[in-house]
Amino acid sequence: MTSTEIICQLLITGLSNGLIIALIALGYTMVYGIVELINFAHGDVMMLGCFFALTIVGLCGGETASPWLAVFLMLLLVPPFCAGLNWLVDRHVYRPLRSAPKLTALVSAIGVSFVFVNLGMFWGGLPMEVFGDGKQAASVKSFPELLGYHNLLGEGAAVQLTIKDVMVMAITIPLMIALTWFVNRTRLGTAMRAVAQNPIAAQLMGIDVNRVVGLTFLIGGALAGVASVVAALYTGSISFQMGYRNGLDAFTAAVLGGIGNLPGAVLGALCIGLVRAVMEGWVPNGGQWSNTVVFTVLILVLVFRPTGILGARVREKV
Amino acid sequence: MKTSAIFRPAYFFLIAAMLLPAVDYFLPAKLQFASLVPAIMVFAIIGLGLNIIAGFTGLLNLGSAAFMAIGAYTFAILTCPIYPFQIGFFPGLMAAALIGGAAGILLALPTMRLRGDYVAIVTLGFGEIIQDVLKNLDAVTKGTQGINPVAAPGLPGVSFAVDNYIPLYYLYLALVIGAVWLCHNLRYSRLGRSWVAVREDELAARAMGITTPRVKLIAFGIGSALCSIGGALYASLSGTSIEPSFYDFQQSVIILCIVIVGGMGNVTGVLLGACIMVGFNSIVLTKLTDLMARNGLVGDNVLAAPGNWKFMIYGIALIVMMRLRPEGLLPAKDVQAELHHADDQTSAAGAR
Repeated sequence: MTSTEIICQLLITGLSNGLIIALIALGYTMVYGIVELINFAHGDVMMLGCFFALTIVGLCGGETASPWLAVFLMLLLVPPFCAGLNWLVDRHVYRPLRSAPKLTALVSAIGVSFVFVNLGMFWGGLPMEVFGDGKQAASVKSFPELLGYHNLLGEGAAVQLTIKDVMVMAITIPLMIALTWFVNRTRLGTAMRAVAQNPIAAQLMGIDVNRVVGLTFLIGGALAGVASVVAALYTGSISFQMGYRNGLDAFTAAVLGGIGNLPGAVLGALCIGLVRAVMEGWVPNGGQWSNTVVFTVLILVLVFRPTGILGARVREKV
Repeated sequence: MKTSAIFRPAYFFLIAAMLLPAVDYFLPAKLQFASLVPAIMVFAIIGLGLNIIAGFTGLLNLGSAAFMAIGAYTFAILTCPIYPFQIGFFPGLMAAALIGGAAGILLALPTMRLRGDYVAIVTLGFGEIIQDVLKNLDAVTKGTQGINPVAAPGLPGVSFAVDNYIPLYYLYLALVIGAVWLCHNLRYSRLGRSWVAVREDELAARAMGITTPRVKLIAFGIGSALCSIGGALYASLSGTSIEPSFYDFQQSVIILCIVIVGGMGNVTGVLLGACIMVGFNSIVLTKLTDLMARNGLVGDNVLAAPGNWKFMIYGIALIVMMRLRPEGLLPAKDVQAELHHADDQTSAAGAR
């Protein structure tokens, strides 16, 4: 491979990985922007979405399922499931704690995450063929290859642009454009930005703050749902522990870009996706060090620019 | 006067811990559990370390397992016969404390300028980095196998045989008493009062002439050193440094839960938290699994093994706890006052 081809390949892999992380990171950053809560359960909502998606594929016939029907059904059912889950958690766990010190809600979020991880493990023990008939609930489950590895640049081309990469881009990019439009152009989006800026003032202007916060969790959950379908199809394996890993990447992305900032989260996610692609695809033995590099970059960015790459400098409230 | 009031529940723990082996002797063999208690003591020391950082100083550290790992691996490398050092139990503990403390200060240096949540994410990232480093430098750390055998405690004239846990029990108890004494005295020293001042209001603390970065660095140093000692003690107890992924985020969260369940900022509370969290995991669940296995109740169904319910129970306990008693079971008075003050304020604003 020539160096141009290597760079193209790394860009494609990095972009696909980064876009998946970005969908999760958007949920983190929106929630943080509006209630200043690190929602540790967010990654696990995505994990449960993956298990739901695998259940759907299993009901459609597993490996033999018609790819388009299965993908359509998953994209139809998983996002509402994740959105509802996220909304329920906010309504019954976080909302009663909204006036308490921040640490209280954070610890609750860790608690919710633990419950979800445990649910994921039990779910992985379902007596269905796609779950290995319930044996070894804790093991990694392989997700049926619905899309295959067909190279769109022609078989034998040096650069791999598979149908999976295109699927990731075709689903995530329009979604991000729609989200940007929603937040910047609609009445509800304006209300969201108002609540993020100053909840009390927003309430005095007649905005139903609880409803707007609930809506934020709903959207964040739906994005995580889409991310779970895309990630499961793209990586081809799911496990009940994947929520933590994905959530950590996404949260790092959100902090890297400047937490609370939507374009920042996408930018941070693309950076992480690229760093991982370079470490895994180019640096010899780099894969095992990719976490170290990602978090070192994070710490360095925070040291020299504590509010992230795109975050505005805010004076700390006294 | 104040000292005796704070220490009263602590005396209860002390007497209970002293008498436990004697009581345990008369229990039926299936229910004996005193030999499992040193694990609780180790986590009490680690919890006390985190309590200095998170409870007294208010810096949310989500990487305490990393310091446990640093302590365990330092101790393992310095005492294991496969390395040329073999410096013995107590020098090993001291080395673990020194290196852990130094690592804590190094980590704290870049976080001095950051606000609360960012400290959490940086320490979390540090925890991931340490796991990766321990896993990948397998020439030194033996990768995922862990280092063993690790030195058992050694005292002149006392035999720490495997079949007799009593000397080890009382040695670990003495170390816990030492840690409690240290934390209690630190809390009411000039330094400890500056920690609480930083937690309550950093700006006001600075205005009162406290050099806040220095105070925070010292908190990180001492707290991490205690966590590392705990890690070394756990390695000595298990006979191995275990493996890098044992010191993961869930471990850090369990340590944080020890501090939160017991009562943030309260030394006795941490002891209670360690009894509840670790006691549940390593005593109640172990005994329950044994009991069910003997009666043939554990099949290959995931739902049947009590250990599989652990995180569900921890999670629900945390959620319920934060709702009903966020200050912990044995709260520090100042923390409790602050939480209830916050309640009053917001019900007035009507934010619910």
